[in-house]
Amino acid sequence: MNSRILPRVLAGPGLLDRRPLTYAQHETNFASSFRTTNLLQELEKSGLTGRGGAAFPTYRKAQLIADQHSRVKYVVVNAMEGEPAAHKDHTLLATNPHLVLDGAAALATAVGARLVSVCIPREAAATINHVERAIHERQRRSNTGPKFEVQTPPGRYVAGEESALVHWLDDNETLPQFRVVRPHVLRIGRHPVLVDNAETHAHIGLIQRYGGDWFRDLGTADATGSTLVSVSGAIRNPAVLEVALGTPLHHILETAGADTSPQAILLGGYGGTWLHGDHVNTPYDNASLAKFGASVGAGVIMVLPKQGCGITETLRITKWMANESARQCGPCAFGLPAMAEDLAHISSASRDAVAAIQRLYGRGQAIEGRGACRHPDGVVRLVRSAFEVFQPDINRHAKGQACAAAATSRYAPVPRLASESDLVWE
Amino acid sequence: MKKRNELLQLRVNPILCDGFGHCAELAPDLVILDEWGYPIFPDGPFSPGEKERIRSAHLAIRGCPRQALVLERLSVDTK
Repeated sequence: MNSRILPRVLAGPGLLDRRPLTYAQHETNFASSFRTTNLLQELEKSGLTGRGGAAFPTYRKAQLIADQHSRVKYVVVNAMEGEPAAHKDHTLLATNPHLVLDGAAALATAVGARLVSVCIPREAAATINHVERAIHERQRRSNTGPKFEVQTPPGRYVAGEESALVHWLDDNETLPQFRVVRPHVLRIGRHPVLVDNAETHAHIGLIQRYGGDWFRDLGTADATGSTLVSVSGAIRNPAVLEVALGTPLHHILETAGADTSPQAILLGGYGGTWLHGDHVNTPYDNASLAKFGASVGAGVIMVLPKQGCGITETLRITKWMANESARQCGPCAFGLPAMAEDLAHISSASRDAVAAIQRLYGRGQAIEGRGACRHPDGVVRLVRSAFEVFQPDINRHAKGQACAAAATSRYAPVPRLASESDLVWE
Repeated sequence: MKKRNELLQLRVNPILCDGFGHCAELAPDLVILDEWGYPIFPDGPFSPGEKERIRSAHLAIRGCPRQALVLERLSVDTK
């Protein structure tokens, strides 16, 4: 496979046919004579970082688990994808499930694990079907290598957090755990677990076939390889694309068919950051985005057009995120609804708006870093970036002049609650 | 010889903490409460020489009804 041609992990007829590749198709699609014998070394060479949001070097994480002395180890494929705006893992598993399983099998062999758990939310019936079929196909072909299983935790936002996922496998509860030191070795019982995003596993599958140097041919020196992005918002059809890291953002928007002169872009996910529309020429990689406090995150690109209202969108997202809190930690369980309430005052330009802005600054300070997981930190980051990017709007709202779109702006895909009783925090 | 250079920091397990607020009464020099009654530690780590603070930290730890507080040792790298 030519190293400079995209797509890589989405390559093959599966994306157009809307049908996952069979094992035979998969073998011809990703044909290669090279198979690495030392995967960890190739991973280090490749510079692959986790595609689930934190961008932690995959090699270091794998080495940490490989160094653990334990007879039993597990590898977990995290395809939970709780972000409503993200579809990359589901698209990937509906296109090239065998590539993900290849990567997981190779990683399991490299760190000494014998069981691979693929975690998919139980609501995603089609994806579960694709993966179960692929696993069945592999098991019929050969009985060697690590065993696969499919786990289906309930698909809530925090369930995709790695400690919550391990908690589920260990104890059937999708609640994040408190970790004092990081990086922390997560365990099922006494046995160490390696959790990686599904897309990361697919890249590992390619690195095993073509090597780390091949992987580096795309991307920048710091951010190597390609990544999947889910573009949504002001776009006719929400799209999943594979782009090389370092591609200018406006180029991604153009290819996806989205609004190329937006008011702002939400990057990373619902715990991510707003990027002002003036910066659409920024290369899409963490080093370049860091100048604006943004990051690639989980590959979400939500486009807000000029006629939208950023404050209302932030409010809608914050409300939903507050409802998705696991309610284990006080600052998150009480703080996020309080932030949503303040934002509602600003969005509707009520008489309390000026005081609400002051309160939000204080509450952001008080909440940040005080949860067991990073869920509250993400919301604080989102609200802070909204304050920077939509500053003129916020000033106008504070004077009692809500923008025309304030009541009707609906661009961010936020799941509607089935009933009011689903809303727990009010 | 390695120089012992440790700092102590009171920390809370946010999952266990239910906001009883005993810690803020037992160790007012180390703990303040946020608007919902959960503890914040406004000062950074302190050195093991500060006996008064260690005393109140232990009071808070023993007085916590959820056993959510720990006194953590942070080793500081000295160059």
